[in-house]
Amino acid sequence: MAASSERSPPPFPDLEEPELLEDRDEGADACHRRSTGTSISEMDSPSPDTSRPPKDIFNEPPEDIFSDPLSNINSEPQKKVDAKISSPSSDEAVDLFSEPLDDDSEVMSSPEVQNPMPDLLSEPKSGVLGEPPVQKNAARQQDVFEEPPKGSSKSSSVKKAASAEMLGDDDEEEDLFKEPPKVVTRKPQPSGPPVDVFTEVKSDVKVKPQVKDDPTDLFSEEALTAPAPKPSANSSSSSRTNGVHSEEQDLFSEATVELSLDSPRNDRKKDAVKPSVSAPAAPEASSSSKAPSKTLEELEEEESEDKFDLNISVTNPEKVGDGMNAYMAYKVSTQTSLTMFRSKTFTVRRRFSDFLGLFEKLSEKHSQNGYIIPPPPEKSILGMTKVKVGKEDPSSAEFVERRRAALERYLQRVVCHPSLLQDPDVREFLEKEELPRAVSTQALSGAGFLKMLNKATDAVSKMTIKMNEQDVWFDEKIQDVENEEQHLRKLHVMVESLVNHRKELSGNTAVFAKSVAMLGSSEDNTALSRALSQLAEVEDRIEQLHQEQASNDFFTFSELLADYIRLLGAVRGCFDQRMKAWQRWQDAENMLQKKRETEAKLLWANKPDKLQQAKDEIAEWEAKVTQYERDFERISATVRKEVIRFDKEKARDFKRQIIKYLESVLHSQQQMIKYWEAFLPEAKAIA
Amino acid sequence: MTSISEDSDKEKVRSVSVDLNNDASLVIDIPDALCERDKVKFTIHIKTTLSSFQKSEFSVPRQHEDFIWLHDTIVETEEYAGLIIPPAPPKPDFEGPREKMHKLGEGESSMTKEEYAKMKQELEAEYLAVFKKTVQVHEVFLQRLSSHPMFRKDRNFQIFLEYDQDLTVRRKNAKEMFGGFFKNMVKSADEVLISGVKEVDEFFEQEKIFLLDYSSKIKDATAKAEKMTRSHKNVADDYNHISGAMNSIAADNNTAFKKHLEKCAEVFEKLRKLEDRVASDQELKLTELLRYYTRDIQAAKDLLYRRARALADYENSNKTLDKARLKGKDIAQAEENQKQCLRKFDKLSESGKKELTSFKARRVVAFRKNLIEMTELEIKHAKNSMSLLQGSIEILNSN
Repeated sequence: MAASSERSPPPFPDLEEPELLEDRDEGADACHRRSTGTSISEMDSPSPDTSRPPKDIFNEPPEDIFSDPLSNINSEPQKKVDAKISSPSSDEAVDLFSEPLDDDSEVMSSPEVQNPMPDLLSEPKSGVLGEPPVQKNAARQQDVFEEPPKGSSKSSSVKKAASAEMLGDDDEEEDLFKEPPKVVTRKPQPSGPPVDVFTEVKSDVKVKPQVKDDPTDLFSEEALTAPAPKPSANSSSSSRTNGVHSEEQDLFSEATVELSLDSPRNDRKKDAVKPSVSAPAAPEASSSSKAPSKTLEELEEEESEDKFDLNISVTNPEKVGDGMNAYMAYKVSTQTSLTMFRSKTFTVRRRFSDFLGLFEKLSEKHSQNGYIIPPPPEKSILGMTKVKVGKEDPSSAEFVERRRAALERYLQRVVCHPSLLQDPDVREFLEKEELPRAVSTQALSGAGFLKMLNKATDAVSKMTIKMNEQDVWFDEKIQDVENEEQHLRKLHVMVESLVNHRKELSGNTAVFAKSVAMLGSSEDNTALSRALSQLAEVEDRIEQLHQEQASNDFFTFSELLADYIRLLGAVRGCFDQRMKAWQRWQDAENMLQKKRETEAKLLWANKPDKLQQAKDEIAEWEAKVTQYERDFERISATVRKEVIRFDKEKARDFKRQIIKYLESVLHSQQQMIKYWEAFLPEAKAIA
Repeated sequence: MTSISEDSDKEKVRSVSVDLNNDASLVIDIPDALCERDKVKFTIHIKTTLSSFQKSEFSVPRQHEDFIWLHDTIVETEEYAGLIIPPAPPKPDFEGPREKMHKLGEGESSMTKEEYAKMKQELEAEYLAVFKKTVQVHEVFLQRLSSHPMFRKDRNFQIFLEYDQDLTVRRKNAKEMFGGFFKNMVKSADEVLISGVKEVDEFFEQEKIFLLDYSSKIKDATAKAEKMTRSHKNVADDYNHISGAMNSIAADNNTAFKKHLEKCAEVFEKLRKLEDRVASDQELKLTELLRYYTRDIQAAKDLLYRRARALADYENSNKTLDKARLKGKDIAQAEENQKQCLRKFDKLSESGKKELTSFKARRVVAFRKNLIEMTELEIKHAKNSMSLLQGSIEILNSN
């Protein structure tokens, strides 16, 4: 299962997140395991569902595998036996998690797998009492054993290996090797879960062990996310996944190292922490429990490697309609080799409110998960009114261009986010011919008013929440972000004033040029007169340069800062979401406390009739507390990941833009040299 | 109080210095100046082979007011009416830097260390620029005098150069100030009056038209150039602020971002210096040139006025003579008067013609020199910033 998750592309938010949670719980609390099992179901459904009973299958397999990777090959046999003997339930979680490790290593060592397999297989079968899950585990174990040495090696032919592995799990090694392409179509076999897992892998979809419960879901999902991969598509996606994969490996190798230092028991826990979760999730989970920032950093490094082959441009702003009902429509062109899109290049027309609508949809869905949703440019009633009313006003042309560029950057940021890219709304936005009109985006509508109201209440509740921050990282980061925003604002003001001053300079240069031209015309010395009019020309050109530079100041520099001021706002928003999750958890905690007190009172008062109800309530609230706590853990992990990702992106983006900006300055200096050098002989010719 | 040695800038300071025949017999420069409150004390260094001076090399301390006194005495000397009198240096204007200094003092508590440091830098740069300029115009004034065959023999000029104590010229009192103002009024009214006098000489007619036109154009160009250089300064200041703001962001950041920011701040800091140089060199070479010639053309116009006045006097004396002849009395006196006026007018015309011709040549040479220098400096600065930018882009790209 782990393998499957690894291979899949940036996980679909919903799917991924729940899993994360699970990991957390398990790692943190053995007692939560039951609930963890349930959480598996969550993966499929966007909203976590606690009510589901834990799955046996799930629990069982992990155990054996787990022990194997950690312990060396030599100790395998013994451990296996132990594992088998021990009831599946106890070690389950552990096993699950251990799997990922195995898979990774396996992938690497795929060719070798075959040899060990036979022996291993035979062993487990005999020992295991014929339990399907166990078998599967055993099979995996073999792989696992081989892993340790190879685990550190790079994942080159990841895909093949993976596929091979999957098949191996099913106990049929031959199939594995032959079948790869078809895996998806395979129906669940006796050992249902493994199959599913593997099919998933193929399709790049992240299906969880849950599959067993409702296989249909699995497949339907696949269909959704993975539109029949063509050969070429495959290759592209595989390359992408490769990136992801390599990350994981490192992660895991790290994890193993750490683990070896710990006591075996701990190891298990740790491993348990990261089950079949996608690569990023795993490290985080582990980090939350123990190994902190280091893994995060690593992860971060790795993550920067994955590139999205997706080019989006927003062009051709066009006014549609007249009067106050006019609006601007933009051409959104996409160029991609990603298989999730129907074609490689496509173009749609979108109006500004569509962009806003996309943001609304995304933030509705994802902001409570702790994602940083890139904000679109603000609505500007003034600017738009000017466009609507005005004709060929240069300021309105600038407004339109500014907005166009901002929208382009906004979309690029959205699709750069691995999870947001997977969102069907994003795809729809890019692909679909006609979008339903976004209604709630009007500044002066009822919905707008409601939004304002919500914002106000949010602000109030934010003030009332007093969170005692346990996590130093968050404490510092929140502070940093606030400071940075402040400084950025300051810097933005400075750059704005640079823009203005440069425009002024440009204007003054133009006026001076004219004046010099006049002076030249009055000059009675021919050579000097000529030189002066040449000077006027030079100054005219320089004026152009200043003007271009001013617009570069604005578009490459000032707008960059404006973007990041907005983005930092979004970052703060996701800290707020985390705080809200914390508050919910605390509230539930309090409620549980109250319920317990009531129970105690009832006990004391000896009222058995009501006691049962109280107990039920306690159970209910206990579940809620667990759930909320998990939510909180999950959102913390996500926010952390997101912020790190954001910082990384920011540094990169900033660097890129600054270089671009400096290049523009460089260019204008070069032009300047050219102009003056051309003028020099003129000046020398004055006699 | 700042004392600046101008050694390194000597070349530059001479820049506006017109068509000075490189006569080694009397060399004047201002190597040093001291600014105390609103007074500026210049140290004037003289090197001469002329026998009229007691020593061959010496220095004297002089203030701006002394220069004005010297100018006024020359203007009032009847003998020099036919010459273009070198324009007096303008009063040192330290208002800009002083205002900034004031702000700096006021805002010291409210500013961050970086801002304060940046502000101080700006102030120093501006102060230095004004200072340089001031020294330059004063020097040029003296050099103009020393290079002129008539003025260099002027007694007051010699006193100005040789008297080794403070001259402590009496400041003009209110009455005199008003008198000066009144004189100016009369002069401009008179200019209007005598403009009706028919010009007899084609050359002067042409010159007059040209100078009037040119003076308004150059005034305009000066104002525009001032504006331009000022906004250029603003841009440089903005670079400075940006650099400061970037540094303060970098200060509490510890990601990869920090490195970029610090580098950028450094680039902007350097860009500021370069941009500042561009602006101040433009100011020195271009604006100052235009400014100087605005004043010089005024001096030339004054010469024309004096000549026109003499012409009007001559015409009047002619009329008086006619009247006297009609009436038959005071003929001799009127004839004498008329002859005198004519002589004066002829003298003025003759020397004026010479002066104006040499003025033209001088102007062309000065423009040439300054434009070449400015262009070279522009190229130099642009090349510097180009290599700075290229280097920094490479560094940014590599990490």
